[in-house]
Amino acid sequence: MTTSSIDLEWKRFTLKERLSRFSVYLIIVMSLLWSWQSVEVIYEFLYDAPEQLVDMFERMTPLDYASYPTTIHDALIETLHIATLGTLITLIFAVPLALLNAPNITPNKALNWIAQFFLVSTRSINSLVWALLFIALFGPGVIAGIMAIAIRSIGFVGKLLSEALAEVNMGTIEALKATGAPWGSILVKGYWPQVMPAFYSIVLFRWDINVRESAVLGLVGAGGIGVVLNDAQNLFQWPKVAMVLVSIFAVVIVAEIVAIQIRKRLI
Amino acid sequence: MDGITNQKLNPFKPSLVNRLLWVVIIAYIFYSISSLGLTVERILLGFGESERLLSRMFPPNFSRVSLLVSGVAESLQIAIISSFFGIIISLFIGLLAARNMMPLIITAPIRAFIALCRSFHPVIIAIIFVKAVGFGALAGILTLIVASIGFIAKLFAEAIEEISFNPVEAIKATGASFFSVIIYAVMPQVFTRFIGFASYQLDSNLRNSTMVGIVGAGGLGGTLFSAFQRFDYDFVAAILLTIIAIILVGEMLSNIVRRIF
Repeated sequence: MTTSSIDLEWKRFTLKERLSRFSVYLIIVMSLLWSWQSVEVIYEFLYDAPEQLVDMFERMTPLDYASYPTTIHDALIETLHIATLGTLITLIFAVPLALLNAPNITPNKALNWIAQFFLVSTRSINSLVWALLFIALFGPGVIAGIMAIAIRSIGFVGKLLSEALAEVNMGTIEALKATGAPWGSILVKGYWPQVMPAFYSIVLFRWDINVRESAVLGLVGAGGIGVVLNDAQNLFQWPKVAMVLVSIFAVVIVAEIVAIQIRKRLI
Repeated sequence: MDGITNQKLNPFKPSLVNRLLWVVIIAYIFYSISSLGLTVERILLGFGESERLLSRMFPPNFSRVSLLVSGVAESLQIAIISSFFGIIISLFIGLLAARNMMPLIITAPIRAFIALCRSFHPVIIAIIFVKAVGFGALAGILTLIVASIGFIAKLFAEAIEEISFNPVEAIKATGASFFSVIIYAVMPQVFTRFIGFASYQLDSNLRNSTMVGIVGAGGLGGTLFSAFQRFDYDFVAAILLTIIAIILVGEMLSNIVRRIF
């Protein structure tokens, strides 16, 4: 009889699935236990954290409105410039890399991999670390901030753009090729109209992220509002710190609204 | 016939709006460069320095292994603990923020809280927590928990809002309690996506745990920042290579986990 091979009981997953799931859970629990036991945390600090936070908010209020027109406003404008120029410079690197990475435009595996390598490596180093590296090159200041934002954004913009390029409808491209159009014309008249909405929304999305990121670059000396924040914090001027935080919050919200509105109009 | 052959018809008419956009962008570049006081000489000077910097960075100096290993261990601990608590808290907050499960009076304040968590950069949150709980790993853990809530809770709430309501009604018809409905009707529909978000967040916490140390919140970032300040560029290169290696391994592991579930 073959009844022994029939399951007596219905199970949702096969044995292999259950074993692999179980091993994932086991690894999660073990790594959690290891971290929990070996992490250096002083629990006394956690107990008086609420007290410390209340103390900080008491020091922060009332906000130092007087510092806004003198220092904060100019630094905020500088931050916006860093984010915008950084995003524009990214395009110089990201567009060629995206073209190289899209398999339907560059039918060469080796070139695709090289582009992929650059896209991944620029993305995996944080913008603050890029800022530290560029400060070593250009000295503290806006240029380091702009370059950090520009290099850090290459991976994001390039990856999404190459995905958009890979998904275009090849019908128009083939029609253009049949007329004998050179590759420049194919790019501009065939690919560009199809990826234009994606391109604008990627760039706006990245600009929105860059506004947030450029606000902290100043902590390591790369210009913008972060420098003011760092100075105020080092001098224990908590009302000014609070004012800077509130203005960063306002700028981030406004940037998000602007990006959403422009995206709605364009697409 | 004459009319057709003489006229040069361009099927691709130049768009006035596009040209205007280009003019605006170029004008903006000139305006911002002049207002920031950037000069070509300074940029060229900086690129000239890159050769010197690179020659000091290579070969990377792995001689201080113990320092590197302790930094990596602390970064991993921060990433693992903060991901765990961040994900657990996000489960509840995400559920509370889903508009199809909860009334508006609960979702509105929870959504505002999630937006607040998201709108500040992790480094700024880290500054506040360093003030609250002092230097060290605890500040990093709390920072990344907040950052995780801002990200996963939002995506999780959106995932719950997209579920099919038929299983929910079926389970409700059996007279099940609210928690049974959540566990048997809602969770099975969103669990796979939730694993995806969670493994992405572990990845991103790993990246960020190497950064929060710059403001004193523990992990490899602190080691990196002090190496920068002492101009030990060969050690900096070693740390950067280690960070990239950790991130690549983390991405690989999260791909494996996503394939299993």
